[in-house]
Parts: sequence; C-alpha cells; structure tokens
Amino acid sequence: MTAFLTPALVTLTLLAGLGYVPDVLAYERLHAFAAHWLGKVALITVIFLSLWSVAHRLRITLYDIGVRADRGVAAAVYSAAGLASIAAAVFLFRV
Amino acid sequence: MAEKVTRRPYVREVPRVLWFLRHPRYVRYMVREVTCLFIGAYTLLMVVGLQRLSEGRASWEAFLEMLRSPWSIAFHALALGFSLYHTVTWFNLTPKALPVQVGESFLPDRVVAGAHYAAWALLSLVLLKLAGAY
Repeated sequence: MTAFLTPALVTLTLLAGLGYVPDVLAYERLHAFAAHWLGKVALITVIFLSLWSVAHRLRITLYDIGVRADRGVAAAVYSAAGLASIAAAVFLFRV
Repeated sequence: MAEKVTRRPYVREVPRVLWFLRHPRYVRYMVREVTCLFIGAYTLLMVVGLQRLSEGRASWEAFLEMLRSPWSIAFHALALGFSLYHTVTWFNLTPKALPVQVGESFLPDRVVAGAHYAAWALLSLVLLKLAGAY
C-alpha cells in the first residue's frame, strides 16, 4: 500500500514545491475532495496505514540496533501513530 | 558447576549497535528500514497539510508557499528517493512473500514481481493524471 502510493504522492507535492502546482492541490479542488465523504475515507486510510506501517518498522529497527526495551518502544511508536491519525481525522472532520 | 566445564564454548562477538556494517547485505537491509523515517515524516507533513486546509484558504496558500522552500525541496527529493527504494526492494521480494502456485508449479519470480511493477506504474499514472500533474 505504502509501496504503491507514496512515490506518486511525494511527486505531487514535489511538483508543487518546484512551482508547478498540480490541479488537485489548488485550494478549491482539494477542499472539495476533502469535503466529500469518499475523499475523507481515502485520505484517512492512506494516512493511517502509512503511519501504522512506519511505527511497526521503527519498532523492529530500534530492536535491531540494540534498543531492547520493546514494550516501551512499542507503546511510544504506536501511540504516536495513533495520535497523528486521530489528529488527521479531526482536521478532516473540520474541513 | 560452571568451573567444572573444561571446554570454553565459542561465543561469537557481535557489536550491539553497528552489527549491520559487517556485510553489505545487512547494510542494504538497514537502508531499507531507514526509509520508513522518510515515509513517516512525509505522512506527518500530509497531516499538517490537512490541518492547514481545514483552517481555510489563506492558511493553505501559506502551506503551498512553505513547500517551495529549498529545505522542503531537498526533503522531497530525499523522500522520493527513499520511497522508490522502498517500493523497488519490496516488489523484488514479492515472489518470495507471495508465491503463486498454478497446478504443480509456481509462477516464475519475474511474473509475480512484474505484475506488481505493472500495477504500480498503472496506479501511479492514473493517480498523477487524476491529480492533474500532466
């Protein structure tokens, strides 16, 4: 999921940074997309799954490089991912 | 008990933190794991973008302006490189992770990986097209 989508998403915001703003990142288009329930579901799904996979891999990598306090690490990374996902959901709700 | 053991068992010394420098294969594994930091940072950037979007037009325009800073462009270039590395290494190991059996035999590795590459290319092109990137 992350493997399929992330490169294209990064490309979109990179283009915006280079001064060539893709249509979807114009305020009206993106606002309309995020205001529709299907757009909200799509955005929160991508964000939640990406954060979750990152948290899990970070946990395993920390264990690999010698951080053996796995319980604490797991609690920290998963709650960070959870909090950021909840924040994203709240922002989407406000759009 | 312990002092009666006459032979000394072989205990291999393994560095606790930098063990992965011992073999290029381990280094590549670690590089792949580190890609998750960039993917995570990028996803958090998306969350911040949503916050700006929810605050209204002026805030979103300021966010787009922030994307133009050299730091942002450097971060995006790095994140794109790492995410491509993550994608390519994952697709290359899909034949191991998802072997497809047809009758008695398994589909060749390149068919399984190739299907993933094809789906990826199609999905990316459709997404970029819908987003109006080209």
